[in-house]
Amino acid sequence: MSEASFFVEAPVEAGTSSRGFVLQTLRHQRVAMAAALFLVAVTVTAILAPWIAPYPLHEQVGPVFGAPSWHHLLGLDDGGIDMVTLLIWGLRTSLVVGFAATFVSMVIGGTVGVVAGYFGGGTDTVLMRITDYFLVIPDVPLMIVVAAIWGPSLFHIIIVIGILLWTSTARVIRAQVKSVRERVYVKRARALGAGHTRIVVRHVLPQVAPLLIASTVLTIAVAIFDETALSFLGLGDPSSISLGRVIENAFARAAISTGAWWAIVPPGVLVALLILACSLVGGSLEDALNPRLRVAHLSARTFRLRPLVGRGKDAL
Amino acid sequence: MSPLLQVEDLHVWFDLENGGELHAVQGVKLSLEPGERLGLVGESGCGKTTTALAILGLLPPNASVSGRVLLEGDDILAGGEEAMRPHRWVDVAIVFQGAMNALNPVRTIGQQIVEALELHGRAKGATARARTGELLEAVGIPAGRAARFPHELSGGMRQRAAIAMALACNPKVLIADEPTTALDVMVQAQILELLDALCRDFGLALILVTHDLPVVAQLCNRCAVMYAGEIVERGPLEAIYHTPGHPYSRMLFAASPDLAGLDEPVLSIAGAPPRLDRAIEGCPFAPRCDSVFEACVVRPRLEQLAADHDAACHLNSRVPA
Repeated sequence: MSEASFFVEAPVEAGTSSRGFVLQTLRHQRVAMAAALFLVAVTVTAILAPWIAPYPLHEQVGPVFGAPSWHHLLGLDDGGIDMVTLLIWGLRTSLVVGFAATFVSMVIGGTVGVVAGYFGGGTDTVLMRITDYFLVIPDVPLMIVVAAIWGPSLFHIIIVIGILLWTSTARVIRAQVKSVRERVYVKRARALGAGHTRIVVRHVLPQVAPLLIASTVLTIAVAIFDETALSFLGLGDPSSISLGRVIENAFARAAISTGAWWAIVPPGVLVALLILACSLVGGSLEDALNPRLRVAHLSARTFRLRPLVGRGKDAL
Repeated sequence: MSPLLQVEDLHVWFDLENGGELHAVQGVKLSLEPGERLGLVGESGCGKTTTALAILGLLPPNASVSGRVLLEGDDILAGGEEAMRPHRWVDVAIVFQGAMNALNPVRTIGQQIVEALELHGRAKGATARARTGELLEAVGIPAGRAARFPHELSGGMRQRAAIAMALACNPKVLIADEPTTALDVMVQAQILELLDALCRDFGLALILVTHDLPVVAQLCNRCAVMYAGEIVERGPLEAIYHTPGHPYSRMLFAASPDLAGLDEPVLSIAGAPPRLDRAIEGCPFAPRCDSVFEACVVRPRLEQLAADHDAACHLNSRVPA
């Protein structure tokens, strides 16, 4: 056969892999890139807390509500503890809760989504009704109730947040799995003699993994926020310092009326920045990894408000 | 010698959303000898693909199946999914309609062929990769292409890769479901030549599902014509072409353009196949047939015309007036 000569070896174009695409998208979206760098920096700081915190966490190192100075860049709190030290340790707890709760919710949401989407039928209906049920429960009141009943501990907080945040993930994953399941290569895998586990792991999961990743990052933001809210309401673990506890502490000890803004503003800003960064990174990951959003006519993101009349500075 | 694959009285019903039922395959009987090549032809929606998928137990969950599929005498449908799995790909492999979709876009073609080998314990690791290379060479793809992803290959090469995959476990029967649709004529011809060569070299029995009669003529030695979920005529290709026993077969062949008579208009069969979601009374082809007579109100059954040539038409038993 002379057919072999038809197939001339062609070089593979660089930058078409999905990893390359993510980096490319991040590079184009400067804000998302900055947010990603911020998240990395914050995570490293949290991990290194025992070594880089400038002062001990449980010792009075200066006057109560001491103002910011060269020695204490963000001042001192109501117990005379250095604020920078508090923030670093608080960050650690907040991130641990954020990541762990997200992990729990991704495992639940991913499993429910894949099982419901893949098996369909009655399984799908039952699982989706359960999801709907969890979806309509108001998050914060339920968390308060559960945290109050189980008692305040870090582990309980993680579980409570985890079992409330998986619903949207489950729905997104289910929808995608339903579409993947109908593709011919899944039928081909069945014709190969592959079992359900193999089909899901080898052929379905790789297709939904990008969505799972994007939704993970977005969920981290919500988990951090929820943990802060719970701690602020006094339902957090009293034995560990999280950002929410720092805020609550300052609030309860009248930092505002004392004028000690440094005890309450920095932790609040830090939480806001964390959530913002997660949302930005999650959003741009979604842009990069979800092919739907790349197609102009299907993407709400490409719609812009256009001026009604005129162009440039004459526009109305 | 008993036939390699035998399909007996196969019925498939699909449950419809509105609560109704669609009787997609109505008592199909087929048999396939080793090395035989059977063309399954008919219009769209006549149950060809459904029959092919039912043989492998690959129908969607809303389908119910009755009948027997005997592989070398064993009923492979009877034991359900678990009993079917060891036979899939090892005994009966399938090449799906539209190869572009039959390959997982996020895994290389090599990985996907290796998967087939590993699943049935045929080979592992380096041996599996070496075998993958051989398989690819056998279908005319350089072995080095195993590391490529499906989107890096052309349509024809993807179809070749899908065929290589089908050959992985040395199946006895290959079902090719419209293997040449969506390919251009040149590539079509190459794929057909390839299938022809592979069937010869590997001693494969082939079931070719298609609506493309020239393809059947080129590749098959027997032919079964399906209409409205049942086989209306089956026999050697020559016999069906020259002495069709059913008006549908005759009109189907007349509807293919002929190279020798380009000036003649191509005939078409007016109307559409009957709906399968309600019971059919009489001959299902009667409304479109050009030679209907009184007997056609009764549904005809397959009757033998000659050795190995059956047709379901009352015309054959009509006493010449």
